[in-house]
Amino acid sequence: MKHVVIIGGGIAGIETACELTDAGHWVTVIEKESKLGGKLNNWSYLFPDFTPVEAIKETLHEKSDKKDFTILRETVVLSVQRSSNKFAIRASGNQDLEADAVVIATGYELFDARRKEEYGYKIYDHVITSADLENLLLPENDVNSVLKDTPKRIAFVHCVGSRDEKSGNHYCSKVCCITGVKQAIELKKRFPETDIYCFYMDLRMYGKHFEELYREAQEKYNIQFIRGRLSEASEKMDKSLQIKAEDTLSGRPLKMNVDLLVLLVGMEAGRGTASAATTCSVDCEQSGFLKTADSFLKSNVSNQEGIFLAGSCTAPMSVNDTILHARSAATEVNNWLKAN
Amino acid sequence: MKLEGKKQVWKDYQKEIADDHYFYVRSCIRQNFFPGSEQTFLKILRTELNKDIYENPHHTTCSGIGYHSDVVPFETIQTVVARQFALMTEAGYKNLAVSCITSFGIYNEIIETWKEFPAELEKIRGFLKKATGREFEIPENVAHASDIVYKFREDILQKAKYKLVNKNTGQPLKIVEHIGCHYSKMFPSKGVGGAEFPHVLVGMIESWGGEVIDYPERRHCCGFGFRQYLVMSNRGYSVSNSRKKFESMEPYKPDAILCNCPGCPMFLDRWQYVIEEMEGKTYGQNGQGIPVLTYEEMAGLVLGYNPWDMGMQMHQTNVEPLLDKMGIDYNPELKYADKAGKIIGTPAMIGCGCE
Repeated sequence: MKHVVIIGGGIAGIETACELTDAGHWVTVIEKESKLGGKLNNWSYLFPDFTPVEAIKETLHEKSDKKDFTILRETVVLSVQRSSNKFAIRASGNQDLEADAVVIATGYELFDARRKEEYGYKIYDHVITSADLENLLLPENDVNSVLKDTPKRIAFVHCVGSRDEKSGNHYCSKVCCITGVKQAIELKKRFPETDIYCFYMDLRMYGKHFEELYREAQEKYNIQFIRGRLSEASEKMDKSLQIKAEDTLSGRPLKMNVDLLVLLVGMEAGRGTASAATTCSVDCEQSGFLKTADSFLKSNVSNQEGIFLAGSCTAPMSVNDTILHARSAATEVNNWLKAN
Repeated sequence: MKLEGKKQVWKDYQKEIADDHYFYVRSCIRQNFFPGSEQTFLKILRTELNKDIYENPHHTTCSGIGYHSDVVPFETIQTVVARQFALMTEAGYKNLAVSCITSFGIYNEIIETWKEFPAELEKIRGFLKKATGREFEIPENVAHASDIVYKFREDILQKAKYKLVNKNTGQPLKIVEHIGCHYSKMFPSKGVGGAEFPHVLVGMIESWGGEVIDYPERRHCCGFGFRQYLVMSNRGYSVSNSRKKFESMEPYKPDAILCNCPGCPMFLDRWQYVIEEMEGKTYGQNGQGIPVLTYEEMAGLVLGYNPWDMGMQMHQTNVEPLLDKMGIDYNPELKYADKAGKIIGTPAMIGCGCE
């Protein structure tokens, strides 16, 4: 029986582990946190159909509980050394493992919105990120906790830390557009009297049912989409926010007061992926995400033979794209193990 | 407002400011707008802080206003700047202290250009050599004069005779700070505190006992923007920009406005008078204007310098409301007196909120 070590116990890691266990391999998942599931643990509902995250997590957990693979929680990989046809892996807690193949599934980190200083995140009381909002939308939390009364206006800013030369992130984070549409609808459902505005550069509705949801946001929920990025946000005496932008379709500057400003933060490769790149000696793109052997047929293959890549450590991805990418990683690993 | 968030930003943008031995380059316009400020800066450094600061009378304008108005080519301004550096090199100094924000931006822009494009540096060395026979070294440290006052703000506090505290109420005076655009908007790392929440003036205000007001139009242009005031037909934009700021800060009842740029105090000061003439509107308390100060004037007041010796009678918006709140001992009779104490006449145009 061949042994595969998977670094990362998010959705990509779990899905890859399930598939490889089904294929008859011995699998160990190394997860730095105490809980499996990664970023999914902080999300409430998924686009485009508002599926509760709990439902996805339950299915994943049920599936993984039935599989016989090992999970090392609160464990980090310290080094990965190739010796002949094996990988010698040292993990925290003086744990040594030997693997026939390694899968990196370290995921992403959210862009730190404090870097866009002009929006005042962590300085102004009513500026939050899409991740903060998602957390507030969880059943056990209350979105009203950040608002005094029923808000008159709420604004979303798209592409915070994505497609932004100043932030050093030239790439598109892919999922923020539809996340913004989904969250705007969720807030409109809770505050039907509130005017909601989305400030965007382009709206990239690339996925199944995305465009339909965007249309519904406009037609059914009367959410206003304004093509233009915010130049700055400032706090007023009553803690509401004054925002400035350019409406690039009308060609006019715009100033507006809002009660809540939501920053749709993009994805970055993050420290976990950077650390895996170093310990496994795999190449990174300029963006920091891990480099795949090609963009078409080898999107799970790294520059190191026997080390494979799964999920959003390679590029920003939605939950469904991540699951598909993880399955293709498992196929790639299985084929390689059989051939070697 | 979460102060912790601001403190994190301030921590991220700390710059190195030389400790001593400065080559001072004056501003071409500040000496007309606020003639006592630069002299006050030199006095504070030399007599209060015992620092070595040297200026060469042969240094010229940096030609920044011409450059930003598209009448001075980039090669020309680089050569002018190279000549200033040559004067500094010849005098044996390595730390540049810049009075003007426009010049500060120009020096930083040119030094960064030379770092990115070394061939440009060699070209300019050639131009300067041919034109003047001079050679130069790039400064090791470039600080705006407000950076230097910021660095020594606690030393100034140690010698303070007055604080930014209302003597009648004991409450901190509410101060609006306005940073010149070219201080850190082009290169956030060159300014103390970065571009969005600069700390350079905040640090002085807080150290000297005042309270900083953050108001919605804090970052908005003061109205000095070169194209707004250089082109006469655009001057309406200039006054309307200043007015937007006054309207935004008025509800916070500021006791003074503090600036670190040549143009900002000029326009925030003069346009208050103009708006009063145009609309009968004043933005301070009791029908008065909001006094507008340079950081040197503020430091000088804290140190107990005579406001009239610092040229504060040149302000169009009267500074007396602030002097009274601080409890400064001054003689109103000598406001328009010369050095010998002889009254030289009262200006025909009376300052904002004076009647």
